[in-house]
Amino acid sequence: MSRFRNICLVLAMLLVFSFAKSSFAKPIEIEWWHAMRGARGETVQKIVDGFNNSQSDYKVVAVYKGEYDEVLNAGIAAVRARKQPHIIQVFEVGTQTMMMSGAIYPVYKLMEDYGYKIDWSRYLQPVLSYYVNEDNKLMSMPFNSSTPVMFYNVDMFEKAGVGRLSKDKPITWDELGEITKKITAMGVKGGMVTAWQSWTQVENYSAIHDLPFATKANGYEGLDTELAINNDKIVNHIATLKKWMDDGNRFFYGGQKYQGPKSEFIAQNAGVYIDSVGAIAKLQSSVKDFKWDAAPLPVESWMSEPQNSIIGGASLWVFAGKSKKEYKGVAAFLKYLASTDVQVLWHKETGYFPITLDAYEKLKKDGYYDEYPYQEVGIKQLTRRNPTKNSRGIRLGYFVQIRNIINEELELVWSGKKTAKEAMDSAVERGNIKLREFEKTFK
Amino acid sequence: MLRKRSYFKSKTLAYFLVMPQILITATFFYWPAIRGLVASFMRSDPFGLRSTFVWFDNYINLFKDPLYLKSIVITLVFSGSVALLSISAGLFLASMANRALKFTALTRTLLIWPYAIAPAISGILWLFLLHPSYGVVAIWVNRVFGLEWNPLLDSRHAMLMVVLASSWKNISYNFVFFMAGLQAIPKSLIEAAAMDGASPFRRFWTITFPLLSPTMFFVTVMTIIFSFFESFGVIHAVTQGGPGGSTNILVYKVYQDGFIGLNLGSSSAQSVVLMLLIVFITILQFKFVERKVQYTG
Repeated sequence: MSRFRNICLVLAMLLVFSFAKSSFAKPIEIEWWHAMRGARGETVQKIVDGFNNSQSDYKVVAVYKGEYDEVLNAGIAAVRARKQPHIIQVFEVGTQTMMMSGAIYPVYKLMEDYGYKIDWSRYLQPVLSYYVNEDNKLMSMPFNSSTPVMFYNVDMFEKAGVGRLSKDKPITWDELGEITKKITAMGVKGGMVTAWQSWTQVENYSAIHDLPFATKANGYEGLDTELAINNDKIVNHIATLKKWMDDGNRFFYGGQKYQGPKSEFIAQNAGVYIDSVGAIAKLQSSVKDFKWDAAPLPVESWMSEPQNSIIGGASLWVFAGKSKKEYKGVAAFLKYLASTDVQVLWHKETGYFPITLDAYEKLKKDGYYDEYPYQEVGIKQLTRRNPTKNSRGIRLGYFVQIRNIINEELELVWSGKKTAKEAMDSAVERGNIKLREFEKTFK
Repeated sequence: MLRKRSYFKSKTLAYFLVMPQILITATFFYWPAIRGLVASFMRSDPFGLRSTFVWFDNYINLFKDPLYLKSIVITLVFSGSVALLSISAGLFLASMANRALKFTALTRTLLIWPYAIAPAISGILWLFLLHPSYGVVAIWVNRVFGLEWNPLLDSRHAMLMVVLASSWKNISYNFVFFMAGLQAIPKSLIEAAAMDGASPFRRFWTITFPLLSPTMFFVTVMTIIFSFFESFGVIHAVTQGGPGGSTNILVYKVYQDGFIGLNLGSSSAQSVVLMLLIVFITILQFKFVERKVQYTG
């Protein structure tokens, strides 16, 4: 009988406690869908935990929803079902889609509405400029930003008598041509490889040389934009790369993404490897048998004052249709994300840029870049000049498909089926069809 | 003669009993198909906040696009090659395994295994063999034979690679059915022919092969449907439709335009065309091939 009484007692206590617990105010949940996996995902969780432990009103729940395109699709499906998260991470090429969607709460407005006065001039301008609207107002919060740089095999360079390159002053493409000649002459399989060819060789090449990628200020000033990548300078650059390719493999193709080119560099089949600064972490962990370093992307000899390069990566968008209480939490969280400590942690652990000048200056002061000088190459290249209309970013509808088209056409050049001029003309023509389709959708 | 038949007087019960099946089919098949059909006549933004009815615009644009027509040709070449390779290899392996004297069960089990591997994984496996930068076989072949094996740039190499990767998986599936078909053939027929002095090849060609024709027919239809749809995973893992769009089969283009590019109207129109194409091919097969199939055995 006493046993029965004990059980009753336990049950009664449980009941009391559960009531007691529910009488406490529950923190408001803020959902954040992202595409950061592995080590980056762990850092995201660390940041979120930091926010959740710093206060008790809100609880941010970070959910990994797959690759970038999968996250965006999940977001779209959620909006259609009216079950959207508060915050969603969208890659840079999806910027126009999000901006035109009518489903978002612009970040500048959110921060204003909830009383945060933010001095946007203390942010890295080339990062912000990718995500501002036509009135220069910030539509989404930059989160992970990178830019392409040039990695090279120091041992090979020294053997070829080139030595280390400067981390501020870019070499010219002609000089790179000479270097690749020397490297292949030493019996190395190839001179140079590049990852993400459209991003590094067309988009960033245009920005650095202050060439328009598309009309209407790269699409910032209207949906009736047209591609402009069949200009002489880009055609010439592509033709040069093709010439290198035919001349003893001084440039060779390792695939559209990064896996192929990266493995060629690690296997020492190529002396030069152009990729995002995001590759640093991989190189640190997998290169064991040679020394490597980073340098800014090469610049043509006629370009005396090279512009900033443009970013890749993703930003955080806030969806419309939530309650004021929740938005208050979202604003607090975004504010927290931009804080110096979080930005320093983010940069150190992932290699993505800090988005505020305060964080950048703190890293400099703490001597982080003395220890890892190659981490600063990208950020210096990105901030070396104020962005122009051609170098602040690219704002195109169906940009993912346009990139695909450029990739396809470049492949036709590399395989000798088209000349550089033919391929770029065709890329423009095909890309413009996509741009017109997108324009019609929003008429 | 007295016949005993039990039947239900009311039809309600019958409808009630098939209800779950109808509901499932309607929810997971008819509803999405109808939505796709409707979407193919609309031009809408990704979030579905603005939609305009555009009649056949999406279809007209498709057939005006030379790349779409090219994609149809690529798909036919791809499916034809996969069907040819996986059916002939499946048949060959099955007739060999049917005669195996030792380790019969083990051989058969091992030959069925690849079917259990997801298409994407099989794609990755083949990539580790044939990628010019890190593929074990590719590096070896290039070094030993001095070949310029480069599926990243050479469209024929790329096509060969995806055909191999897709067929490999499908060989097992075909193998199972051919195996079952072979075992259903009475031994006495073959023994009688052998006694009459027919060579093994002649026995196979005049007895086994005709008697296998129902299986052959089934396997052909299934392989073609497989290569139209299921090969998505392989393409996605191996070439992403490249180089220069040379392995961009229809189903992959649907995914690229719809899922990646968020052009839902065009993507839906493509799915409808794809569906019509597969219906057409299957009808052709039933009309012209099935006549020659002998079901008696």
